[in-house]
Amino acid sequence: MHAHPVEAAPAAGGPNASPGPRGGVRTSPLAEGLLEVEGVSTGYGSFRALFDVSLHVDEGEILAVIGANGAGKSTLLKTICGLLRTEDSTVRFDGRPIGTLPAHKRVGLGISLVPEGRLVFPSLTVHENLLVGGHSRRTGPWSVSKVRELFPLLDRLMDKQAAHLSGGEQQALAIGRGLMANPRLLLLDEVSLGLAPIVVTELYKAIPRIVAEGTTLIIVEQDIGQAVAVADRIVCLLEGRVVLQGRPDEVTREQISAAYFGI
Amino acid sequence: MAWLNDVIQGILLGGLYALFAAGLSLIFGVMRLVNLAHGDLSLLAAYAALLIVGPLDINPFLSIFLVVLLVAVFGYILQRGFLNFALEDDPMPTILATFGLSIVIQNLLLEVFSANSKGLDAGTIETQALKITDQISIGWFPLITLVTSVVVLFALQLYLNRTRMGRAFRATSDNQEAAQLMGIDNRHLYGLAMAIALGIVAIAGVFLGIRTTFNPSVGPARLIFAYEAVIIGGLGSVWGTLVGGMLLGVAQTIGAHLDPGWGVLAGHLLFLAVLVLRPRGLFAKQVQA
Amino acid sequence: MSGRQLRVERQTRASRVGVPAAIIILAIAVSLPLWGSSNLMKTGVTFLTLVALAQMWNLLAGYAGLLSVGQQAFVGIGAYGVWALAEKGGVHPFVAVPIAGLIAAAFALPTAGLTFRLRGGYFAVGTWVVAEVFRLLVINIAWLGGGSGGSITSVGRIARDTREAAVYWLALGVAVGAVVLVYLILRSKGGLALASIRDDQTAAAGLGVNTVRSKLWVYVLSAFGCGTTGAVIYLNLLTVQPEGAFSLNWSALMIFTVVIGGVGTIEGPILGALIFFGLQQVLSDYGSWYLVLIGTIAATSAVFAKQGLWGILNRRWTLELFPVRRRVDLDSDADPPATEPDAQPTDRPKGSASAPSEDG
Repeated sequence: MHAHPVEAAPAAGGPNASPGPRGGVRTSPLAEGLLEVEGVSTGYGSFRALFDVSLHVDEGEILAVIGANGAGKSTLLKTICGLLRTEDSTVRFDGRPIGTLPAHKRVGLGISLVPEGRLVFPSLTVHENLLVGGHSRRTGPWSVSKVRELFPLLDRLMDKQAAHLSGGEQQALAIGRGLMANPRLLLLDEVSLGLAPIVVTELYKAIPRIVAEGTTLIIVEQDIGQAVAVADRIVCLLEGRVVLQGRPDEVTREQISAAYFGI
Repeated sequence: MAWLNDVIQGILLGGLYALFAAGLSLIFGVMRLVNLAHGDLSLLAAYAALLIVGPLDINPFLSIFLVVLLVAVFGYILQRGFLNFALEDDPMPTILATFGLSIVIQNLLLEVFSANSKGLDAGTIETQALKITDQISIGWFPLITLVTSVVVLFALQLYLNRTRMGRAFRATSDNQEAAQLMGIDNRHLYGLAMAIALGIVAIAGVFLGIRTTFNPSVGPARLIFAYEAVIIGGLGSVWGTLVGGMLLGVAQTIGAHLDPGWGVLAGHLLFLAVLVLRPRGLFAKQVQA
Repeated sequence: MSGRQLRVERQTRASRVGVPAAIIILAIAVSLPLWGSSNLMKTGVTFLTLVALAQMWNLLAGYAGLLSVGQQAFVGIGAYGVWALAEKGGVHPFVAVPIAGLIAAAFALPTAGLTFRLRGGYFAVGTWVVAEVFRLLVINIAWLGGGSGGSITSVGRIARDTREAAVYWLALGVAVGAVVLVYLILRSKGGLALASIRDDQTAAAGLGVNTVRSKLWVYVLSAFGCGTTGAVIYLNLLTVQPEGAFSLNWSALMIFTVVIGGVGTIEGPILGALIFFGLQQVLSDYGSWYLVLIGTIAATSAVFAKQGLWGILNRRWTLELFPVRRRVDLDSDADPPATEPDAQPTDRPKGSASAPSEDG
């Protein structure tokens, strides 16, 4: 893996960057965040995974959602990206209610999920995986060449079938594929799962550069360290409920542990 | 020499079987649906051609364009309006739904067109042949069928490999949920897959109607031949399907040469032999999802 | 909570009412040849054999997840079995019926060896191909009458009244036998294994259920049932012919009946048979339109009403005539232990009879 140039890390979270397709003018008169989740309770069949969860993400921000296995993190992301649907008004994106919109339409609005377990398309080549990532034809800063620049390790693998990639390469591909949709909001689910720490560190180096292009991020992790290090704000889930919210400098390690383990 | 002729005729016949099989394979690849009405739908196309050819007074070859369009639109509607609701992990609903559809189409055709055999008349081309030697001659029509089949399969392969929607098909085949996350509308995509599959099988149906006479009960046999071509060739391989169809055709012509009653049976036995010796087919796709 | 006891029971109120009702219906059915016309008996045979075939397909698909569209293979083998035993072997035709079933079961073993390599929809078409192979083999074997088949003349030598009554009773036998067989299988330990396979094959295998062997048993039993029933059907029709005996329509009959009535229940196929048979009779003057109508109903219900008519009825009123599911009752009315103080009200509602949901 090649290291990224250090100076690439920009000041994240500024109201700067590209104004997005709506030209920066908010449709809602209220100062709403890019994403508003309000009182979501959902689950699978008779099993309920989330109880009255509310959170918001501002444009340009990095939000880390942490919690133990089964805390409802992935369910939350599925609710945001549309794999799970709720009442329309409980999820709003850029002021627009989207709770009942199917996943493929939310991609068109600018919400992309990099799923847990990567789920690259094994029989497609790396290049084809990226092209499928751009299926929605949203325009923006990201293209195949830009992704190759972001993850130089993919460069020599472009014609290789994704099935033959290592875990770290697949994860880089999955993130690159998600970026190809030029999302305004990128959801990263368990990027570090099952990967060696050195690989995780390399992948996380890409995050500041993604934010620099104007993309807002929600990072879901079981592994607290990496996520807290890059996040502007932290939300901690425990058994389907938000138990702790705050900026990394506002919450202590002990508070996080308590929220994480429910003690 | 007579045997060589059998092989040649079998290969030519295999072109038609591959045309029947391509859509079946595509549908299974994209949405894991085995369409038991596939053969009856091809027959529906032959009857549609019959209805068009008369009033318009055109050659059946020309009717193909209109028939393909009609059947493809029907396929899209069938998928989005009905079969999409049957798709789930359990294959039972789709099997039962398409089986029901198969019986319904057979009996509808029987009531509307009677059990009498019908045929499509394409003129003298049906009987003209290229005479190679005294014992070997290649019919122009079977040759046109094979060439059409190869062209269609090549176009399908190109579509799947080189176009945005084609890649979406393959991505969905690999992982349906991940494909949705790329902005792919799977319900529309399934409709499109069924439209393409039935469009191809409509060509096969019209060619069948020109080649032989047909009646409402021959649909299921078309499904079985298509299915055997797919299994012999190996799932997920377009060219494997073509070879599978050719092997099936050769087995049938050689069987029929030995005894007129053994043609179809020989094809079935080849299929069962492949099932025993190479259950995954001769040219199965290497990378599985 | 020491006063509470777990009680596993399978009876339902409907089953308690159902048993006497079933006995009355059975008495009427058994006595039919004593008072019914010859036509009524023939109609009875058609209906009863439909019930038997439907139960066999239901056993396969509804309980073992084996979606066969090739059961006509075993109907045909049963038909040819009874014909060959009676005409060529000199066996009494009525004795030949169960033997024909055994022959069908014997053919099921190699068939399973081939088709069990396929999954889901491919298994379905695979079974169909094998049925076609049997049909073509029969056509090509002159000894079996070739393409034109033959007549079961030895039955004709039996007095008409005796023959019709006997065939009717045989049909009643296979229908009741099929229901009882399925019922006993489901109540046995093997039935639990089957239920676990249907719900989750991988998990069942993990718990030590031999899924392949269970499925093979069901497949062979179903072939036996279809073969026996096929033999009875052709004792009624008196002529066998390959196109008819190995017709796909047998599968259509079974599948539509079960799907409309309700897959995975014993009551469903009986209800489905009543509907199928009723429509067939009502629409008998309109050619094969009844198949168009029934096929449409079946295809639609396979997608939009997966539990069939019995499932819909059962959801509204918990009816179970053949209770095979075990229900766990937390029952406080069960004999309390001696140490239990009398503090609890005696008139508590009976343990909540929440039958486990069948969704799967």
